[in-house]
Amino acid sequence: MTDLKYRLAPASEMSRYCFPNNAVSGDASRCVCLIDSSTVEEINHIVHNGGLYKRPFNEAFEETPMLVAVLTYVGYGVLTLFGYLRDFMRQWKIEKCQNATEREEQKDFVPLYQDFENFYNRNLYMRIRDSWNRPICSVPGAKVDMMERVSHDYNWTFTYTGRVIKDIINMGSYNYLGFAQKTGACQEAAAKVLSQYGAGVCSTRQEMGNLDKHEELEKLVARFLGVESAMAYGMGFATNSMNIPALVGKGCLILSDELNHASLVLGARLSGATIRIFKHNNMQSLEKLLKDAIVHGQPRTRRPWKKILILVEGIYSMEGSIVRLPEVIALKKKYKSYLYLDEAHSIGALGPSGRGVVEYFGLNPEDVDVMMGTFTKSFGAAGGYIGGKKELIDYLRTYSHSAAYATSMSPPVVEQIITSVKCIMGEDGTNIGRARVQQLAENTRYFRRRLKEMGFIIYGNEDSPVVPLMLYMPAKIGAFGREMLKRNIGVVVVGFPATPIIESRARFCLSAAHTKEMLDTGGSVLATRTKQFCKYTWEQEEV
Amino acid sequence: KRVRDTRTKLAPAYHLILEGILILWIIRLLFSKTYKLQERSDLTLKEKEELIEEWQPEPLVPPVPKDHPALNYNIVSGPPTHIITVNGKECINFASFNFLGLLNNEKVKSAAQASLKKYGVGTCGPRGFYGTFDVHLELEERLAKFMRTEEAIIYSYGFATIASAIPAYSKRGDIVFVDEAACFAIQKGLQASRSNIKLFKHNDMADLERLLKEQETEDQKNPRKARVTRRFIVVEGLYMNTGDICPLPELIKLKYKYKVRIFLEESLSFGVLGEHGRGITEHFGINRLSGQGYCFSASLPPLLAAAAIEALNIMEDSPDIFQTLRAKCERIHKALQGISGLKVVGESFSPALHLQLEESCGSRENDVKLLKRVVDYCMNSGIALTQARYLEKEEKCLPPPSIRVVITVEQTEQELDKAASLLKEAAQSVLN
Repeated sequence: MTDLKYRLAPASEMSRYCFPNNAVSGDASRCVCLIDSSTVEEINHIVHNGGLYKRPFNEAFEETPMLVAVLTYVGYGVLTLFGYLRDFMRQWKIEKCQNATEREEQKDFVPLYQDFENFYNRNLYMRIRDSWNRPICSVPGAKVDMMERVSHDYNWTFTYTGRVIKDIINMGSYNYLGFAQKTGACQEAAAKVLSQYGAGVCSTRQEMGNLDKHEELEKLVARFLGVESAMAYGMGFATNSMNIPALVGKGCLILSDELNHASLVLGARLSGATIRIFKHNNMQSLEKLLKDAIVHGQPRTRRPWKKILILVEGIYSMEGSIVRLPEVIALKKKYKSYLYLDEAHSIGALGPSGRGVVEYFGLNPEDVDVMMGTFTKSFGAAGGYIGGKKELIDYLRTYSHSAAYATSMSPPVVEQIITSVKCIMGEDGTNIGRARVQQLAENTRYFRRRLKEMGFIIYGNEDSPVVPLMLYMPAKIGAFGREMLKRNIGVVVVGFPATPIIESRARFCLSAAHTKEMLDTGGSVLATRTKQFCKYTWEQEEV
Repeated sequence: KRVRDTRTKLAPAYHLILEGILILWIIRLLFSKTYKLQERSDLTLKEKEELIEEWQPEPLVPPVPKDHPALNYNIVSGPPTHIITVNGKECINFASFNFLGLLNNEKVKSAAQASLKKYGVGTCGPRGFYGTFDVHLELEERLAKFMRTEEAIIYSYGFATIASAIPAYSKRGDIVFVDEAACFAIQKGLQASRSNIKLFKHNDMADLERLLKEQETEDQKNPRKARVTRRFIVVEGLYMNTGDICPLPELIKLKYKYKVRIFLEESLSFGVLGEHGRGITEHFGINRLSGQGYCFSASLPPLLAAAAIEALNIMEDSPDIFQTLRAKCERIHKALQGISGLKVVGESFSPALHLQLEESCGSRENDVKLLKRVVDYCMNSGIALTQARYLEKEEKCLPPPSIRVVITVEQTEQELDKAASLLKEAAQSVLN
């Protein structure tokens, strides 16, 4: 035990476990040392499955400190009281009502919005609305220009002053490999295709909208992922919501992670299959559900399930966690179910050559039945894809909602993806792609380390380029966003309902385009201006 | 006198016996084994493992026959403009929805190029997180002005627009009256909304009024519930599946009579109907009004938004193209009448028509094969056509198989006549 470095986790972190910082060298029994004996069971689980992981898996979700939780609830309580007061004043016309109102002729129609449904919107969201929907007017690269807007009526309406705030360090856009550029090989290729093909396609894939460019793209994506075949769609969200119903239907079971994206949830709902939720990234919970499902069958009729589909994501964008893919695949094989992996954030961002979470763990892409991903984040374009065996893709070509009813992808967007994928694979003759993937990994490690050193609570895996920084209290959401903007750093803040009510956070999305100076600027601003009101952790690092 | 001490008074004998029996019964119940009404035999670990071993799932996807009509796509080399190269053969394009011929328009392309040089291709984020560009805001403003509404929002995917907008307003418990011929996107939107759906016969206002009256009587039984149940009618301006328009003036009358809100889906009628292309509201002279696919999805690439703004500019600057388009539609509509074996479905001014078989040969599969032969005949002679594609098992009211004919302003009169005569020939040779 002496030659291993390990983290001492406080008792509050029992619900998660960590792997030792030094990778196991095959002898899994020599690892972990945790304080509490009740976690020994979990450790046995890792130890037996230790052989599945070829690299350390460091993930942490520090528990909310008790005082902070209490204060957060108090904060929401105060806001709610004020909300009721304001509603009262609006009803009695003491305060002007700024809501959308009905036209005169329709005053006796049933109102579109019930008063209470919109309570949160009117009284809490409106106060800090300026943190979202910030309009920009330049390429969303490492630095971005933002249109300045002011509100004279507490965020109900905005007016644009006409000025532009230049060179804001952009830590909010999903630009992991820095392909959001207005110059360069990708942009030139896209411009050429735009002048040749035009901006649109005007038809669906099954009718007259299947261009040679689409076929080229799909062959390339299949090669990139290491699968037999792939199909591309015009919108990432729609890729999920339109293809999951084509794969499963009534009589099937979907096991979905607690924190899955809205598109996966919508696709699962539209399919008509039974949905069961397992705890976030918790393999025991998943295994229990699988066992129960096969042993007991469908509820009430007891008939066996037709198929079981597990829905997980590569990187969860609100938590920054990476899916425990080796364990999921082991479970999937043991219980003969199918795996749908949504790599919206992890494709391009993980793995030594950017091929996603499967490469990150050193696994075989053929083990994942349906590999889905999007082109929006790491490729600087728009749209989604699904990759897998040829039978799967042929089936989707015939029965996917998108193939039959939705317009195909625009040709310049397709060209941007083709050029960027070739760049990442190194087929354009340069090693820009490789360098960017490495740069992103370095940026991730550096930034996360710095924030931890400063004492902030950071969620998620050490290798995930999505870095959530916990804020907790509602007032801090608005304050953090505004303070950072004042110092020319653009961040994304998220609160309820995208996160649990007391776990509001700020989210940094790192990019290969960020230089060390930009990260240092960001870090120093955090250290000086916001440290007072965001430093929460009392976890000690012992080496 | 003896003072009667009630404390020591003994209860009657039967009382004691009854209480004794009750106490014994309670003790028995406490110690007896509990049982559930539905006895679930607990399986042993071995039995469970056996069940897990035995269970065989269905394959993830069933195999698709190699000659399935929807599997073999037409490959278009180059841009799908007026002259299109399909599967290696050059044809005149009667299949792409390019009504105003803006696909190849140089002004639109150069506006998109300028945007590409300024913003790159993608937006790298949803609207809420630095994905809102000034082009998006400008496009929304221009659309609102063009359509004469208060505000407008844009989505990045056409299908997702109506499929997200419906569930944003109509929730569980609300009532939606929808036309039978509504397109698939509307059907998915309704499914996602979990509201009560009531279908009325295509364009049949009497049927709709009957349903509305029924709903009114229901409401009177439960006025409290009626006060919070929202009601909507969903119709399309120009129906994709049938090529005809909805009777908007009658709908407006019904709207005010029964207090229902109207959802109007104008993907085909925008830029087609009305004197200035404002859609069906302009056609009839009527005035006009936060979804998931908006919040959780990346915004529209700026070059496409810039192309759309330029397209709007063109539509505003040269309103005579609408008249031209309408004239061409009327011409071909007339020319296609009287083809033996095929009937024209759609209004005379609709730029998207359907040609259906007059008599079905019995099964849908055979109808599709027959129409494919007609389409292939035309393709070999230089007119690109396509069959209308549907997901047969998923549609609520599956339209009959048909050939889709799309009219654009770029088609010359000779080409229109050529197409009509070719279709006549094809029908003659294949169907007779």
